[in-house]
Amino acid sequence: MENKILVMKGITKSFPGVLALHNVDLEVKPGEVIGLMGENGAGKSTLMKVLTGVYQPDSGTVTWGGKQVSFTTTRQAQVAGISIIFQELNNCPNLKPLDNLFLGRELDRKNSPFLDLKTMKEKAIEVFKYLDVSVDMDTEVRNLSTAQQQMIEIAKALLTNTSLLIMDEPTSSLSDREVTKLFGVIRELKSRGISVIFISHKLDEVFEITDRIVVLRDGENVGELVTKNSTQQQLITKMVGREISNFYTQRTSKAADEVIFEVKNLSGPPYVEDVSFAVHKGEIVGLAGLIGAGRTETARLIIGAVKKTKGEVLLNGKLVEIRSPEEAVAHGIAYLPEDRKVQSLVLNMTVRDNLTMSIHKVLTNWFGIINRTQEREITDKYIKSLDIKLTNREQAISSLSGGNQQKVVIAKWLATVPRLLILDEPTRGIDVHAKSEVHRIIAELADSGVSIVFISSELPEILELSDRVVVMREGKVRTILNRKDATQETIMNAAFSGSANDVKETA
Amino acid sequence: MGKKQARGWSVVSTIVKQRESAIFLALLIMMAVIQIMAPNFLSGSNIYLVSRQIALVAIVAIGELFVILTGGIDLSVGAIMGLAGVASAGAMVAGVNPWLAILFGMVVGVLIGVFNGWLVSYVLIPPFIVTLGAQEIARGTILIVTKGWPITNIPKSILFIAQGDLLRIPVPVWIMLVVAVIAQMVLTKTSFGRRIYAIGGNETATFLSGVNVKKIKFFLYVIAAFTASIVGIILVARFESAQADAGTGWEMNAIASAVIGGTSLAGGAGSVLGCLIGACIIGILANGLVLMRVSSYWQTAIIGVVIVLAAVLDHFRKK
Repeated sequence: MENKILVMKGITKSFPGVLALHNVDLEVKPGEVIGLMGENGAGKSTLMKVLTGVYQPDSGTVTWGGKQVSFTTTRQAQVAGISIIFQELNNCPNLKPLDNLFLGRELDRKNSPFLDLKTMKEKAIEVFKYLDVSVDMDTEVRNLSTAQQQMIEIAKALLTNTSLLIMDEPTSSLSDREVTKLFGVIRELKSRGISVIFISHKLDEVFEITDRIVVLRDGENVGELVTKNSTQQQLITKMVGREISNFYTQRTSKAADEVIFEVKNLSGPPYVEDVSFAVHKGEIVGLAGLIGAGRTETARLIIGAVKKTKGEVLLNGKLVEIRSPEEAVAHGIAYLPEDRKVQSLVLNMTVRDNLTMSIHKVLTNWFGIINRTQEREITDKYIKSLDIKLTNREQAISSLSGGNQQKVVIAKWLATVPRLLILDEPTRGIDVHAKSEVHRIIAELADSGVSIVFISSELPEILELSDRVVVMREGKVRTILNRKDATQETIMNAAFSGSANDVKETA
Repeated sequence: MGKKQARGWSVVSTIVKQRESAIFLALLIMMAVIQIMAPNFLSGSNIYLVSRQIALVAIVAIGELFVILTGGIDLSVGAIMGLAGVASAGAMVAGVNPWLAILFGMVVGVLIGVFNGWLVSYVLIPPFIVTLGAQEIARGTILIVTKGWPITNIPKSILFIAQGDLLRIPVPVWIMLVVAVIAQMVLTKTSFGRRIYAIGGNETATFLSGVNVKKIKFFLYVIAAFTASIVGIILVARFESAQADAGTGWEMNAIASAVIGGTSLAGGAGSVLGCLIGACIIGILANGLVLMRVSSYWQTAIIGVVIVLAAVLDHFRKK
């Protein structure tokens, strides 16, 4: 145990139905910068949450500074010297920097209930001087840049005598110059013996700043790399796991030549830029990329949930203007959102209510009265054809299993008889059996002539179903791969930035 | 026999499980207690008066229900009542055909609803503040126009809408029944109604399902203003004058009726039937307290307790 500030051993954590971490080890030395890498859902944030007391591990031990610990709150971890800075900065935007720096740890004047503003200010100035950043102390935090807000978070950590700082995607919204500045600060911390765990999707940054890289895959620690002795290609191979990469049953595509749907130079908030791709009749186009690559955002621009700033959408070669999901449905474009409970279902309503939500136009007469008989028939038809397990179509949707809920959502969109179906993470949070059923449904739909855009963060299912794969990164399409060229490596190469050889467009 | 009994029980249990059953039971118990304490409660003349009063509150409450079902609130319905009443009375006194004058009053009231709906749905200002402002605007307008004086000399030809009766049932009760039946039909049989509940349950999901959420929300405030205007005009006929302060505080009675009737202020749950029962509880409680000679100061406090109690019970029932 010489010279290790943190030793995590055999950490296992499961959630209902999912083994999030399996027997994970992690060691950190004082003044070491560790890169924590892995695909979406590899277990990086779960591991950090176990470390900082958000979750309790099912088994395994955490040794901190030579003593075994088990934090039950982030506050305990913080007091012990472990601070975490989340990607979504955790501050009060309506307060000034000083208030944020000392939030929950305000200093009082001796024997009085009043704040000791003078000392607080002195300490703040001292820590900002140490970090060599200038922050306007008289403005509200919301008026500061992301980089400055981040510096406040780092300063906050330093004020609590942190010896391990965890940074989750700290550079995702920083400019190059700000990243350089941040790295300067990290090196400064390192020279003072403070350790940093650096979580990022950007390979070049990880290679620039870290000493050692720990790779997680499917909740397991699959190995470590000493940064200066490794290449980016080695890292990608480790993250992907070569041994499973050739096991997919290839779908025989029945896609026609006819282009059903096309976007050209689509741009819009928050960060989608110049996205162009086409979908043929009966084709499944996989939309791959890391979380935050802009896939969901692209879908929301297509259906008019967010107003686009630029670009064209063509249906059957004709230019269409889609300003709302209502108009998208009218044009035969269906979008199944990624978060079932928040964006798809009205949980306090029945299966039938939810299933027919998007087809009221078909079901109602001139007075807007719903034809109940027709509604029941359509509901039953889809319950049967998608094999949705339930006791009664009038039961609350919340009482179904996740997989069956998702099937109801799929049915809701199939009932609109779409020309283009955009599926955003349709298998997230459902069990293996339901997942394979959903895969079968998607394949059958495509074979029946529906064009499909399939967004998924799981490469195996992208490879299993897609006829072509569009890979996005940081709001832009980086490459479009034909089925034969699409492998986990080629996709990951394009999905991670700074990778050695960007694949050229092949479609 | 056994089978029949079982079916009988399942009917009973479905009724008991209905949200409205518990409060209906509470209403019956309350009525029984009042009847014991004040035997003239169930007399014909008292029932006649109480039912007319309840009908008016219920109509306003049904309009309010539409707004609350989507998680909104309309604090301006009381002032809209006053404004619609003053507008129609003013037109009548100015010599306009009384029925046209009523139409004018309705239009003026509904315009406030358009104002509310537009600001809430399209400009995205919180409904609480929009309708609070609308309330003040409407009240102020009334005072500017009337200088605080009542408008009298209302034509006799329209008085029956408040004072008349049909088959020995007061006309306002008939109006309430028509409003309730239409509201019930809209909420349960039409896609508009289905979507109102859906917005209250999950607005994001409803929007992404291709529903024009803004348009629907807009119309809800128009509906609330419409029903409030009806009652405002009935009040003119009832008092044979338009009072500057008519409708003051009615928004609270309307909201309370809806909430006592099991409507969730978070949206997504509530019914016309619940609203009617809620209005009955408030109306009968107020009447019963008068009959039992409880001081009017106590009455206000007791009704407040009932409102809070209803909300607390609903909270625990949901758990």
